[in-house]
Amino acid sequence: MAVQLEFLKRILYFSDLGLAELESIKELVFEKTAERAEMILLEGESADNLYFVASGVVKVFKTSTEGREQILNIVRPDESFNDVSIFDGGPNPAGARAMGPVLLYGIKKNDMEVILRNHPQIALNVIKVLAKRVRHLVSLVEDLSFKHVINRVARILFEHIGGEMSRGPRLTQQEMAAMAGTAREVVGRSLKALEEEGAIKLDRHRIIIRDKEALRKIMEVSS
Amino acid sequence: MAEMPITDIRKCDGCGLCVGVCHLNALTIVNKIVIIIETVECDWCTDCEAVCPTGAISCPFEIIIQEH
Ligand code: SF4
Ligand code: SF4
Repeated sequence: MAVQLEFLKRILYFSDLGLAELESIKELVFEKTAERAEMILLEGESADNLYFVASGVVKVFKTSTEGREQILNIVRPDESFNDVSIFDGGPNPAGARAMGPVLLYGIKKNDMEVILRNHPQIALNVIKVLAKRVRHLVSLVEDLSFKHVINRVARILFEHIGGEMSRGPRLTQQEMAAMAGTAREVVGRSLKALEEEGAIKLDRHRIIIRDKEALRKIMEVSS
Repeated sequence: MAEMPITDIRKCDGCGLCVGVCHLNALTIVNKIVIIIETVECDWCTDCEAVCPTGAISCPFEIIIQEH
């Protein structure tokens, strides 16, 4: 399948360019597909390509030394990933994996430099994309580095326990995130951490509190 | 019957992102709207909720106590 001009037009990077300019960029774009769960980028490896998602979803994540995954970003169609290492020349700061079948459009690092030189007006949009990324990461860092989110998640669980007879309110990770004033990615990690500590167990659509006292202690740790 | 994610069809724009990520193929699009295939046993991985750009599909948890 040929790279679609329509698609390039939707990418924020190229949104200010005319058709003739897009045509010339199109020549430098290649296609790449990946299957569900396939790694597209490995953390720490050298970065050669900038990618745009044409269809499907890509997860960008870091893996801790204990093997725990922290999602940094969910990349949907028309969005890009691996921008940072393309521009600073460093290795991939995070891994990227296909969440289902994906079609990607890639541009080689050297070709991106040519594109920027030939169409300097793109730089403003690149800055916008990078600035948005930084803002998102800064808020994640804040929540991941201070312990208070896990306390808040523990409290939310505590306050929403269902009774024996009646079903309690059901909560999504999205809702817990809104209540805790954080991102959904951080809630996922907090639940995993609470499970590792033995306070709760995730059982399909149920969160089972296994150790109420342990959960209460976590909840009461001053943040 | 197995518990399944909940959809809000007013919010669904039929983009199909959830369908692509569901590793159990429990979701499909009919008439530009997401449909849950109830015969599949969803394992509550919550990936569909994570990727949905409009909040149209969600995987709520029930919180219960069962101490050991
Ligand atoms: S929770 Fe996972 S298995 Fe269940 S429908 Fe969503 S993506 Fe499929
Ligand atoms: S991802 Fe959301 S909006 Fe898109 S088809 Fe699925 S439920 Fe609908």
